[in-house]
Amino acid sequence: MTHASAHAHEAHRTSMGLDSRKMAFWAFIGSECLLFGSLISTYLVYKGRSQVGPFPHEILNIPFTSFSTFDLLMSSLAMVLALAAVQRGDMKQGKLWLLVTALLGLVFLGGQFWEFSHFVHEGLGLTTNLFGSTFYVLTGTHGAHVTVGVIWLLTLWVQALRGKLGPANAMTVEITGLYWHFVDVVWIVIFTVVYLIQ
Amino acid sequence: MSEQAHATTATYLRIAAILVMITLIEVGVFYVPTFQTILVPLLLVLSAVKFTLVVMFYMHLKFDNRFFAFLFGGPLLLALAVAVSLLLIFYGAVRLRTGS
Repeated sequence: MTHASAHAHEAHRTSMGLDSRKMAFWAFIGSECLLFGSLISTYLVYKGRSQVGPFPHEILNIPFTSFSTFDLLMSSLAMVLALAAVQRGDMKQGKLWLLVTALLGLVFLGGQFWEFSHFVHEGLGLTTNLFGSTFYVLTGTHGAHVTVGVIWLLTLWVQALRGKLGPANAMTVEITGLYWHFVDVVWIVIFTVVYLIQ
Repeated sequence: MSEQAHATTATYLRIAAILVMITLIEVGVFYVPTFQTILVPLLLVLSAVKFTLVVMFYMHLKFDNRFFAFLFGGPLLLALAVAVSLLLIFYGAVRLRTGS
């Protein structure tokens, strides 16, 4: 680490000796817990209260969603591998794993787009019934978070391609990773609560 | 404890393998009629294990300063409390209305 980057790194330290950006981001993730907690609670409260179909057991595709879950879990693995590579200064591997993470995120989004299109074709819209409303708002909010994550990852990848990302700013990659893994853990809960517990 | 070094690549790969195995078990028990009576608690436990593994190893809470765990765990517990309270209030109200 150069003297300038070491100085910049110290400038981000709090009185507790922690990185202020990381601390702020954990606080943000805490607030996101409350956001998704309320959305999941709303889904659970209205679960089984739809008066008209399509109902969850008629429309949810478990094998397909299992693949999406696998895809997102693998993207989390790719993310930690990207961070490890950037931290040890192996930018070739770092760029590769950042791109893999973003591509796996895009695969997940493609799957969600297909799923939503299929559901609409089957007659499940946002206002069709309580299941439709709560399902689309919950999974749509998660999908929006994945979209932000993919854009963020691609931005980092472009920075890495331009040589503007290295071990000195590994914290940027770590914070991106925190966001991405949080999106993953939210999906772990959604997969169980929405898809498997019908 | 300050911000510590993270896990090794081998640990990350082992965690990924465990996560995939748990997901396969989740999907497997979903289709096996024998597990229907304990399906909900079983799936919730498996999901909690996956959640914990990602947070502890991939988000590095196991190795990082405990203050980060407080920043995350506090709101998470609050969100859980809100969810449980809402469910109790809603189903209590439904029972009162239906008299069951």
